[in-house]
Amino acid sequence: MPHPNTGSPRPVAPGPAADEGLARRLKALACTAPLHDLDVRKANLAGEYSTYAMAEVALAAIDLVTLTMDFDTGADHDQIVARLQPRVAAQAPGRSAGEHERVARWVLENLINVGSVDRGFRAVYGTFGADGRYVRRDYDFKLIEEVPGPGGTVYLRTTDEAVNVLVGALDTDVTSAQIAAEVKLEVLINRGRLADAQLAAEQARYRTVQYAETLRRALEATRRDVRAVDWLRAVPDMINEALDHVADRYRHENAILTNIRKARDEATEPEHKRRAAELVDIVKDCIRRHTQLQSRLLEAGPLFRAEQDRQAFATPAARAGLDLYGQLLAPVLPLPVERASRVTDAFFARGTGLRTPPAVRVGDLIEALLTPPLEREHLGAELPEPDLVATPEDSRFTEAQLEAALELLDLPHDAPRRLSGLLAEARRRDPELPYLVALLAVHAASPPVGTAYRQGEQRLLFAVDDGAELDDPEFGGADLIVGAALLDAAGMALDRTVENTAGKDEGHRE
Amino acid sequence: MDDGENLAPAPEPQADRPAALTPADAADAARLVAFGLQPKLLPARDAEYADLIRRHREDPAFARLADAVAAGLGLVVLEVSPRAGMAVAAGEDSVFAVRMGDYSRRAASDSSDRFLHGLAHLAVAALAFPRPADLADDGYIGRITVNGVDAFVRQACRRLEERAEEHGENSDPASDAPGLEAAWRVYARRSATGATKDARRLAGSTTGIVGKAVAFLVDSGFLQRTGDEAGGTYRTTARYQLQVRDLAGSAAMAELLDLGVVPVGDGTASLLPPDETADLDLVAEAGLPFHGS
Repeated sequence: MPHPNTGSPRPVAPGPAADEGLARRLKALACTAPLHDLDVRKANLAGEYSTYAMAEVALAAIDLVTLTMDFDTGADHDQIVARLQPRVAAQAPGRSAGEHERVARWVLENLINVGSVDRGFRAVYGTFGADGRYVRRDYDFKLIEEVPGPGGTVYLRTTDEAVNVLVGALDTDVTSAQIAAEVKLEVLINRGRLADAQLAAEQARYRTVQYAETLRRALEATRRDVRAVDWLRAVPDMINEALDHVADRYRHENAILTNIRKARDEATEPEHKRRAAELVDIVKDCIRRHTQLQSRLLEAGPLFRAEQDRQAFATPAARAGLDLYGQLLAPVLPLPVERASRVTDAFFARGTGLRTPPAVRVGDLIEALLTPPLEREHLGAELPEPDLVATPEDSRFTEAQLEAALELLDLPHDAPRRLSGLLAEARRRDPELPYLVALLAVHAASPPVGTAYRQGEQRLLFAVDDGAELDDPEFGGADLIVGAALLDAAGMALDRTVENTAGKDEGHRE
Repeated sequence: MDDGENLAPAPEPQADRPAALTPADAADAARLVAFGLQPKLLPARDAEYADLIRRHREDPAFARLADAVAAGLGLVVLEVSPRAGMAVAAGEDSVFAVRMGDYSRRAASDSSDRFLHGLAHLAVAALAFPRPADLADDGYIGRITVNGVDAFVRQACRRLEERAEEHGENSDPASDAPGLEAAWRVYARRSATGATKDARRLAGSTTGIVGKAVAFLVDSGFLQRTGDEAGGTYRTTARYQLQVRDLAGSAAMAELLDLGVVPVGDGTASLLPPDETADLDLVAEAGLPFHGS
């Protein structure tokens, strides 16, 4: 925020700089107006709704939308309503669930401002122009906007205005604000003030979301038109900056995570423990978002090159035509709408094609009106039977061979075997089989423990080299000891759930 | 009709007798124009249409007759070719012309809706033919999506917004003069989409307005729908290129020049995008409008 007192000391009208600061604050104030308005207007609703704190529900809604706003899409309308309901229900436990849903929906729709054609809000404020004249101006803004998602669905996103209102840090630089928030968090954790630390961590998360949003826009523009974005300097700089940012944050947040984990484990007070556990969740979420952002950033370069190939290597035409964007669209957009309309009207009149006016005879009209409407086919058109062509089998080993090999390797857990013996037995069954058995045994030398752990496998094949030489006509190397290990599936499943809920219940478990 | 068919091969010595046109020829000429009035019909799909097109190209007297019929109906002939058929466009006062009020009832009364509908058509054309060369190249087929057009205009608006902020301008319009609001701002503050009760596109949203424009252009035989991704994907037809290149583009250009906005040369500086981009040295953007391929 510029300092409001930088205006000149002239007594008559405040200088433009002071005025600008004032206008800025008025706009910030205006963004909160829809929230206050909810509480004022709830009295007009049919029904007794005064027990609900609408502004609180609205802020919670903005929170929810901001946090579920992912890189690609936004939040789902119904999901937000559903997740708002517990809070609404807590405000009036005696009321029906239907009413709770109605209230949640009403708040959300009012934040979108469904009733207006722009689906936005307008506030009027006054400024002094350069000539000292007082002008009233319209400030249009949105809090939650609806954006198109894949498959024609509609998603919700919070606007920058909403995020700024929510975080309460107007007009600040995204990067620096985030750094500040995180330094604050570290200090707070060191001093053991976890309550404040959580607030700071949440703010850091909002900042992270906002940062991702800024980047998403730039990348999207690149995909549309390579030339619309400065790929010589601005975007590469931004990407480098963002990558540095991600690397930096990642290191930073991992450090914080370790610290809080320690704090969580060492904390004795249950309340502290719970807060620390929540904090772990938040920081984990931050890390997840950073990783997501990073993978997007890495895709940006190839995307640019592919788009450049696609957009640049079109054959040039012999004669130059009219440049629709540069000579028409671009100059029209900055014009006042009154004047711009003249140009678009002219384009519309000549560019829409023609329509043959209908000429109806009364006789036809009567027939048309009396014809019953066509029954729509409920199931739609019949799908054609797909013509499938079998792909030729090109695997080295057949399914039967794999089965035989696996059967051979299905060893009892208390009786491991030497590879040489397995190979000999396999050779007796099928001369090709030893190759498959040897391959599986070598893989077992580095067993996929992580996968087995995640999938909750009961047993795992392993192979150990004890130094014995393999004596075999076809294979050389170590005569591995191949065996099966039994895994504690139940114990692993328990561990996994504990890990996922990240200590939320850990406090109680110990 | 059979008379016409029989006459077609006959007029080889037409140079000697240019006036020997019969009412049957007039009927054929009118039939050709009637084919032209069905913009989705292509000569390749209809043998009779293809014959008449061929006759128009080979028989100058018949061509003059057909052109005269079109002119009499208030139509402008853009091209007669096997690829585009008889491409005719409605003259300004013709009964075939599309009026904004018929197009959208809201646009008739609301000036910002009127502007947005017009802008949608301009933006569809601008994105279908992004470079001047694309518009000039007869073989070029443009591809657009509804969401792509919306995002493209939004991006342009956002850049103007950023530029206004950089220059410290206050782009909020005066309350008592809504007509002076910057055009980009009208688009920017209209929401991109919106949930409706019946899962259709919200008509007043910008994707709704662009969607209406492309649907209308499909009916005009200017676009063909190719898929449902990104709000609907479309490709252009030869007729659309002709219409934009020969009529709409120049008409809008004339109007713009009439407003005193000269996109090249020394117009009023504040309205000139190229000057401002030079100041900001946005390399990529400079390539878009003025130094593009």
